[in-house]
Amino acid sequence: MKAGWEVVIGLEIHTQLATRSKIFSGASTAYGAEPNTQACLVDLGYPGVLPVLNEEVVHMAAMFGLAVNATVAPRSVFARKNYFYPDLPKGYQISQFELPIVEHGELCITDDDGNEKRIGITRAHLEEDAGKSIHEGLDRSSGIDLNRTGTPLLEIVSEPDIRSAKEAIAYMRKIHTIARYLGISDGNMQEGSFRCDANVSVRPTGQEELGTRAEIKNLNSFRFVEKAINFEIERQIDLIEDGGEVVQETRLYDSVKDETRSMRSKEEANDYRYFPDPDLLPVEISPEFIEAVRNELPELPDAKQQRFVDDYDVKQDDAAILTISRAVADYFEAAAGATEANAQLVANWVVGDLSGALNKDGLEIGDSRVAAGELAELLTRIHDNTISGKIAKQVFEAMWAGEGSADTLIEAKGLKQITDSSAIEAVVDKVIEANPGQVTEYKAGKDKLIGFFVGQVMKETKGQANPGQVNQILKTKLSS
Amino acid sequence: MALHTKNLGELAAGLENGDFTSVEVTQSFLDRIAAHDDKLNALITVTGDDALAAAADADAARAAGNAGVLNGLPLIHKDIFCTRGVKTSCGSKMLDNFVSPYDATIVERMAAAGAVMLGKSNMDEFAMGSSNETSYYGPVRNPWDLERSPGGSSGGSAASVAARLVPAATATDTGGSIRQPAALTNTVGLKPTYGRVSRFGMIAFASSLDQAGTITHTVEDAARLLGVMAGFDERDSTSVNEPVPDYLAEIGKSIKGLRVGVVRQHFDEGLDAECGARVKEAIAVLESLGATAVEVDLPNIDLSVPTYYVVAPAECSSNLSRFDGVRFGHRAENPEDLSDLYCRSRGEGFGDEVKRRILTGTYALSAGYYDAYYLKAQQVRHLIADDFKKAFEDVDVIAGPTTPTPAFKLGDKVDDPITMYLNDIYTVGANLGGFPAMSVPCGFVNDLPIGLHLVGHHFDESALLRCSHAYQQETDWHSACPEAFK
Repeated sequence: MKAGWEVVIGLEIHTQLATRSKIFSGASTAYGAEPNTQACLVDLGYPGVLPVLNEEVVHMAAMFGLAVNATVAPRSVFARKNYFYPDLPKGYQISQFELPIVEHGELCITDDDGNEKRIGITRAHLEEDAGKSIHEGLDRSSGIDLNRTGTPLLEIVSEPDIRSAKEAIAYMRKIHTIARYLGISDGNMQEGSFRCDANVSVRPTGQEELGTRAEIKNLNSFRFVEKAINFEIERQIDLIEDGGEVVQETRLYDSVKDETRSMRSKEEANDYRYFPDPDLLPVEISPEFIEAVRNELPELPDAKQQRFVDDYDVKQDDAAILTISRAVADYFEAAAGATEANAQLVANWVVGDLSGALNKDGLEIGDSRVAAGELAELLTRIHDNTISGKIAKQVFEAMWAGEGSADTLIEAKGLKQITDSSAIEAVVDKVIEANPGQVTEYKAGKDKLIGFFVGQVMKETKGQANPGQVNQILKTKLSS
Repeated sequence: MALHTKNLGELAAGLENGDFTSVEVTQSFLDRIAAHDDKLNALITVTGDDALAAAADADAARAAGNAGVLNGLPLIHKDIFCTRGVKTSCGSKMLDNFVSPYDATIVERMAAAGAVMLGKSNMDEFAMGSSNETSYYGPVRNPWDLERSPGGSSGGSAASVAARLVPAATATDTGGSIRQPAALTNTVGLKPTYGRVSRFGMIAFASSLDQAGTITHTVEDAARLLGVMAGFDERDSTSVNEPVPDYLAEIGKSIKGLRVGVVRQHFDEGLDAECGARVKEAIAVLESLGATAVEVDLPNIDLSVPTYYVVAPAECSSNLSRFDGVRFGHRAENPEDLSDLYCRSRGEGFGDEVKRRILTGTYALSAGYYDAYYLKAQQVRHLIADDFKKAFEDVDVIAGPTTPTPAFKLGDKVDDPITMYLNDIYTVGANLGGFPAMSVPCGFVNDLPIGLHLVGHHFDESALLRCSHAYQQETDWHSACPEAFK
């Protein structure tokens, strides 16, 4: 970013809550059904129907509130946001306005300089999602799919504490991780379960007053958030430096052209005429309920990361990666608990080979072809010197391909490490005999050649000789 | 045998005794509708074949020993209640083509108790009106004088019962829409406590005020129907889970010692002197039965009409947004674009009074006006409710006139909304506070009926019913029948 400018960003994250039925009706929330097959009369806004709150969403919102150290309101109120649009059947969206369920939260991210930074969470409120308008593939008309109508959303609004696209991503990832830890959202961005609007403004460094902001709507990937914000920062700075003025408006990010475009200006903005929804009672939450929710909160990512460092002696960076999702963390703990091998070795494997294999096959850790216990068995064999780390990689590949367990494969393929000194000595003798020139050079002081000899021995033993022993025996024999 | 002169209680007894069958009763009322409704225009839809089939089922159920409490009894539903497979118009062109795919909770409960639906009654469009003149289907006429309005919005229900086309009807009341037409047609109108009866399937006008109730000849019939309609419904979050008493048992209790509040402000200017006299006579009857009359003060009651006409339009402006021509109801032909579809569908589908209220309500909720109108009205609403609560510390029911005058002529007030709105002056307070209220026939002024208005404390319909039942035991105003409909 250009020097002399400061960026101010606030994010509004829309998290789809992972309930089975909708926020105000019994219709299913499952993704991907045929259009309009998962919209009941309530979702369709038929005359005479009434909303009934799905209590699970209150529970989920309370969990989120407690997880970000926020106040869970003892009384919150649903309000109607009135506007006309074909994919909004009632002509209003039921949301929360003056009295949201969660307020005054916060979380910590690592900023661009590697320091901890607090980002305030202004509020989080419950609302229903709208349907979808479909314009492609239809001749001179638009289609409406109301399956998504009434899907519960938690809209999480940050304070304008974010100062760069990178911080925005860090914040968004943190919210994503927390929501997934809590099990309140699947966080699936492709399906729109986790998306965000970014409010972006710039001001000369040192200026107190905020610049005019633009709101970029509906960003549904971390990458797009970063690109859209960076584009917008540059656009605004260029505009001001060229003597122009930023106007308050809503903009859309076009990922194909990598640019943001004006959607509507402030003047065109709707007056939503919010008022409390008379069809729904205020949501009253007792201190007992909040305590019960607090007691059932799972260990959160920051705490888990610290525990991995403290209890398992895992490197901070690895602990951070291991705790990005609860499933990965659970996998790590299950594997570490089932092997004598050092936990850092387990961490290396989970972060390295296992993650690589999962990525290659596009799998989530829950669908891993090698279970935590199976990986533990393999690592135990490294630990007890049955195989070397290098052979272990070979075994892992076979395990991944479904060829069997670590022990079966080691046995069947005869991969057991050779630890019998006399056997290794025989191979060493053979190698020394076959390479007189190198032996002379080594003895003349070219120590580096030890690697060559080790390589030859390993080649002879198909990698199965214990590398430590090979080294030791070679050194002894070569110096005699 | 003239079955149409019988009320629900008498019909129930006759069915129970085997004096006649439900098919006979149903046919007899269908004949009344066929013979007389062209004079009244009280029904929008008559479901004769379905009714006779339901009556036959009811007779069979009775024969099998499975008679519900309303078994075989005919009634009509106000056309604001959704009825599966039957047109549900809400008195509007907007829903002239709407056949509901589901039954309202009260429709379901009545049918489950064995009631036989004969049809759907005419009403002011979306229940917005006090004269039944805003209906897309034309005004209903008052059986007591065909030149006059039966009141509204439940004018079709009231006129049908008054003219003995049906023995009972459901109705709804947002500001007086059950009680005012009941008073103007010599029938009993009951609006229960807000939350007592489910609103599910009742097309919303003003959600925080709307309540379903009944129009009948007797208080006993009202008690009979309320017992079936009342009770918690998980499909309506504002319905309340309070025990439902046996109202038929409750009404038999004496009113000795019952404290009847008389609101000073209700007998001020604006009330027709003759009407005032009839109401005072009615209160004297209650006293003669052992009740004590106590003067009570509702200091903010004058503000109830203006408060109502901010809150109700505000809610209606939002409730009626769903009628956009996209999924159901009237849709403009050949729309040029989305905005044209909305504007013309709504412009063509809604009548003037509905548009007036949508505009008023939209204004009241707009940025910059919300605090001055909607929020202020909500605050005043609390004050009015508190006045009633305070009064109920000293009295069991509050009595007064239901309307300032007897029925007015059709066309008299239609161009003067403010005067029309003032018809609700005695009734809207109960809606703003969510209190149960009813109107019972209490005499005539210039050969036109008027009503005694009673308001009770939250969920104490029993006191209301007990008081009005005792009054009916002592008087026979309610048995008077308009000459042309005997």
